[in-house]
Amino acid sequence: MSIISKRIAKVVKCGAAFGLAVGLGAAYAQGGYDGGPYNIGKLATEADIARVNIDVMPDGRGLPPGSGDYATGKQVYAAKCAACHGDRLQGGKGTGGAALIGGRGSLASGKPKKTVESYWPYASTLFDYVRRAMPFNAPGSLSSDEIYAVSAYILGEGKIIGKDEVMNAASLARVKMPNRHGFVSDPRPDVFNYD
Amino acid sequence: MEQEIDLDRLDETARRMVEALAPAEERMLKEARGVDGNYMLRVTRRQVIRGAAAIGGAAATGLVGGAAQADEKPKAPPGSVAYPVQGDPTKEQGRPAFQDGGYGTRSQFENEVRWRYPTATRLSTWTMTPLEKSQGIVTPSGLHFERHHGGIPNIDPATHELLIHGMVEKPMKLSIEDLKRYPPVSRFHFIECSGNTLTEWRKPTLKTVQGTHGLTSTSEWTGVPLSTVLSEVGVKQGAAWVLAEGRDAAVLTRSIPLAKCWKDAILAYAQNGEALRPEQGYPLRLLLPGFEGNTNVKWLRRLEVSDKPFMTHEETSKYTDLLSNGKARQFSFVMEAKSVITFPSGEMQLPGPGFYEITGLAWSGRGRVKRVEISTDGGKSWSLASLQEPVLPVCHTRFRFPWRWDGKAAILQSRCQDETGYVQPTIKQLIAVRGLGGGKFGSVYHLNGIQSWAIANDGSVKNVHYF
Repeated sequence: MSIISKRIAKVVKCGAAFGLAVGLGAAYAQGGYDGGPYNIGKLATEADIARVNIDVMPDGRGLPPGSGDYATGKQVYAAKCAACHGDRLQGGKGTGGAALIGGRGSLASGKPKKTVESYWPYASTLFDYVRRAMPFNAPGSLSSDEIYAVSAYILGEGKIIGKDEVMNAASLARVKMPNRHGFVSDPRPDVFNYD
Repeated sequence: MEQEIDLDRLDETARRMVEALAPAEERMLKEARGVDGNYMLRVTRRQVIRGAAAIGGAAATGLVGGAAQADEKPKAPPGSVAYPVQGDPTKEQGRPAFQDGGYGTRSQFENEVRWRYPTATRLSTWTMTPLEKSQGIVTPSGLHFERHHGGIPNIDPATHELLIHGMVEKPMKLSIEDLKRYPPVSRFHFIECSGNTLTEWRKPTLKTVQGTHGLTSTSEWTGVPLSTVLSEVGVKQGAAWVLAEGRDAAVLTRSIPLAKCWKDAILAYAQNGEALRPEQGYPLRLLLPGFEGNTNVKWLRRLEVSDKPFMTHEETSKYTDLLSNGKARQFSFVMEAKSVITFPSGEMQLPGPGFYEITGLAWSGRGRVKRVEISTDGGKSWSLASLQEPVLPVCHTRFRFPWRWDGKAAILQSRCQDETGYVQPTIKQLIAVRGLGGGKFGSVYHLNGIQSWAIANDGSVKNVHYF
């Protein structure tokens, strides 16, 4: 209630009180959140949101229905990914395609090799990134089943999951990546020359 | 230089860059020197040469203006139009107004351009601002540095909407027209890529200030404070992060702390008095003053409010700082205080002893620049530079320092302090704290160390490490 009174106070103060107060009245009549004072733009429908809401979170929120296994993923990879990332997931010189496996345990060695296997902390990122940005020549073109399958293949080749494990919304969220605890928060400033 | 780099120690991306990078810069420099062999003076001399040619042409034919130029087609560098060069502009009318259709271009005698970093593909690449020629604090929109992960989308603003949803009371979609109805703000801010200067950790790699520091630019940005729109949609209890998503082929995403969104984030639709340039996110970008460039999501189409960060590709696999102990820093948002001398800088040539004004840029993601100091003896002694007004928070600040060069070898350095008291460190200090991440370039992101330019007895200027 105090928030609402404050808002009204602000509205009156800002000098456009009449028009904005009318907007507020309409919002109150509908009940629930009154919205801000401007009342510009449209309410987004569930369909509006679903059309672009493609992100996936580490706890599995956002993962779509569907599933895929290593064998299917191997085929998807050969057809859609190998041209840039190499037939052994080693990365492609000259294509910009990053190495996807290898380098595990290398991060503190003085010769770090950052790959999905060695560096990425969450399997959700793999699904999310492939879904939004891969393959490079046709981003966003893979079906959910294909993305689960190619995820199963990459994670399987990286020996993070078994080659018999099927990836779906439940199993992908459970995958523990080798470098899950490899990140720390930003402590800067980290050099102190204050005077 | 390539032989000195142990390519086995680099990851694939860095390896490809190193192989192509130094030769590409060398080609650029050759082109620049090709005009007259003198980088510092090349534009001036080209003007002189062209002017002479024009006069000669006019004299030979007895004509003036366009006809005289038939045998000498003036070149038009990017962003310019080749108009006939006049021998004596006081003896004939100039070209009529509106020949440009109502939108002007720069002079055909000005040729500084962005330089593309030689990544494997032009679709995922970056280009750098030619800081060595910069004046004042604002970067011309056409020279603002770029970083794209999936090319430059060409978006019809009439089809563009910003969706705001997630932990909000009232999910909304806003057209560009809608956004322009909200009361806007205009602010001058720099954007700096956190990869700016990444080649310079271990040793001097690139030669010019465009190569070492060209991933920072300043514009006047206009748009709606994100806080206004957050008030409009109503943020739910427990919300802490906002996912920002672009409408490019990378559908690039970053998680932004909600506190930053309330504090000073802008939904920007204009840059330097006109609509955003396509390379800068037309028709809408997120502007997060002082945060690393990548978080200032371009072609912004969606904001999703959440309780947790999303752990996107760009904030896990990339834009994290691997330390020597194998741990990596994550969410290193703030661009710390940094400065660089833009004149004189790498590959320039001072004509001889005498007076020069040392000038450059200083900036901090934490606020205003409080002071800039200059050393001409490699850091043994420091003197205050003057700061050109205006000195704005989270904005390039121009510094100036009068200097009489005695013709002897010198090391020029600048260091700045921001209003929090933080003083720009040496590269050595940064390495002592962060290590080099095992990479040949080093820890990649967030190198804000003091830059050194060595002046040789012959007046040539080189990028050096000196600390």
